[in-house]
Amino acid sequence: MNADKSVHIDAKGGDMTTFKSDLAESDFAIDAQSDATFADAVRGYIRRVRGGDMGSLPAILGLLVLFVVFGFANERFLSALNLANLVTQAGSICVLAMGLVFVLLLGDIDLSAGVAGGVAACVMALTVVNFQWPWWAAILAGVACGALIGLAIGVLRSRLGIPSFVVTLAFFLGLQGVTLKLIGEGGSVRVDNPVIRGLTIDNLPVTAGWVCALLVAVAFGALEVYRYRTKVTQGLHHPPLGVVAARIGAVAVVALGVTYVLSLNRSVNPNIAIRGIPYVLPLVAVLLIVLTFVLTRTAYGRHVYAVGGNAEAARRAGIRVDRIRVSVFVVCSTLAALSGIIAASYGGKVSASSGAGNTLLYAVGAAVIGGTSLFGGKGRAVDAVVGGVVVATIANGLGLLNQSSYINFLVTGGVLLLAASVDAVSRRRRSATGLS
Amino acid sequence: MTEPILELRGVNKSFGVVHVLHDVDFQVYPGEVTALVGDNGAGKSTLVKAIAGIHPIDSGSYLFEGTPVTVNGPNDVAALGIEVVYQDLALCDNLDIVENMFLGREVRKRGMLDEAKMETLARQALASLSVRTVKSVRQTVASLSGGQRQTVAIAKSVLWNSKVVLLDEPTAALGVAQTRQVIDLVRRLADQGLGVVLISHNMADVFEVADRICALYLGRVAAEVRASEVTHGQVVELITAGRSGNLGLAPTQAAQSM
Repeated sequence: MNADKSVHIDAKGGDMTTFKSDLAESDFAIDAQSDATFADAVRGYIRRVRGGDMGSLPAILGLLVLFVVFGFANERFLSALNLANLVTQAGSICVLAMGLVFVLLLGDIDLSAGVAGGVAACVMALTVVNFQWPWWAAILAGVACGALIGLAIGVLRSRLGIPSFVVTLAFFLGLQGVTLKLIGEGGSVRVDNPVIRGLTIDNLPVTAGWVCALLVAVAFGALEVYRYRTKVTQGLHHPPLGVVAARIGAVAVVALGVTYVLSLNRSVNPNIAIRGIPYVLPLVAVLLIVLTFVLTRTAYGRHVYAVGGNAEAARRAGIRVDRIRVSVFVVCSTLAALSGIIAASYGGKVSASSGAGNTLLYAVGAAVIGGTSLFGGKGRAVDAVVGGVVVATIANGLGLLNQSSYINFLVTGGVLLLAASVDAVSRRRRSATGLS
Repeated sequence: MTEPILELRGVNKSFGVVHVLHDVDFQVYPGEVTALVGDNGAGKSTLVKAIAGIHPIDSGSYLFEGTPVTVNGPNDVAALGIEVVYQDLALCDNLDIVENMFLGREVRKRGMLDEAKMETLARQALASLSVRTVKSVRQTVASLSGGQRQTVAIAKSVLWNSKVVLLDEPTAALGVAQTRQVIDLVRRLADQGLGVVLISHNMADVFEVADRICALYLGRVAAEVRASEVTHGQVVELITAGRSGNLGLAPTQAAQSM
């Protein structure tokens, strides 16, 4: 349907020129560049931050502070072994947080995402252990289970109009019952399938890791340069070259830096070497790329933002708001299922409490700390990953410091509250300064 | 007289027990500005939303270019070439101007959004309206003033080369200069051969730009007249009492509607 519409537009594209000819150029016609130079861009960025449009800046600053604090507090924190641990710990949080970003973009919430992951992990574990399914079929079953849960939540939310808070709270309770029933009270299922287990405990060969990292850096750079050149030649709005270069540099430094740290030998036993990127990292990276592509380069992603920004405007523009709403819950629960499977792979077992406790709190915290707004319409997949690393760092660092678990709860709760306050305050500032 | 490009015949619409539109007949002619006037609660907005496909009509027929069509939602209406610019503008604050102008009808290339094409077309549409106040087509709508938002909303209809444009109170929140611009723009749209419907409370605007005036009174069409054949006073009477001299509803009918 939409395909023939775009053809329709193309046909009309020719007529558009009639408008151009009879008018002098207006002010914005020279608006090819938002900021003339790199320095202007920096100034513009500072202005935006002051105006409340901070993006993931607080998260990145927070991450630096956390690394410094934990690095001084415990010498093991910055060891290659612990950093690799941190990556695998962050994996499931990041994936769950990326799913939640979709729901949060619509201004909704999914409180059941954590336990949906628990149910999916449970289905995966039972099919692979009790029914001897191959690993891929078991994972597929778990993920399909997640998608079904999301579909149910989405339909209840959009068709019956029950507030998402209540629907998902009900699922939060109900799904814990499902996990209990599936697994038997108090018990747990060991996951020892080598592939599923290997997702978090095995590593890419070092050379393969470097090749992947280089590929990511080069591909990102090439894409950015290509897009910059297209925009310049077509006279479109584009950032200054310096900003493009800085972006490419940042991605290259992160990709290669992480690869370097993970390629160090981190074994405590001098007789064997452990080195290489845990498989979960490329999985998260692929998800990040795919979800970023979906959110920013497809009409579907655009519609998700539109519904989150102004559902009524989206409806009048002909967007099926109901479908978008159902779809984000499906995406969220599907990713939650993946996250639950990653967590099961990391823990080596699925228990009745999988996905319960503070799993969801961590993920919501990760999304919000990363800069996703709880009020909808604002957020990116990469925010979830940055926030996920922050949350994992807090959990990991506090764990190393051997704090009692009450401290852990207090700190994580406090950080979530802080992130939500930053979100609420910056939203007020944004509306006052007219940034969005 | 030319064929009406858009015509409603005997349209009724109720919300529960409230009968909002009574046998409304309404025509829009190409190249003309039809002003839709009426007091608060007369049914102007309901009529617009019925035309826009947001409220399905209970009975009556909807004709476009002389042929009856069925309308099941905003998409059908947009596909016919009818654009509606709402009073509350219906823009997404978190999206930029280009994204808003193409919302719901994104240009795609190989399944991806064709940002380059959309930005170019949006720029041209804005240029055609001599928009001088917008700094960048990539700034978010949240940062625009009321007048700029109105311009973006109207530019959206120009962009789609629509055949009929409905403007719901386009000047209600604007200053003098911006009102001037919008009124000029309304005239220009009609001069390009579009059928334009202007909903307004401002009689000065109506008489300045409208070719025909349709007055609604408590959900009924009180009168449909050429703007050149009536006075301000007569139109105001049609709006407030449903009749004026020998124009308008019969006294019994006007009373019945009360």
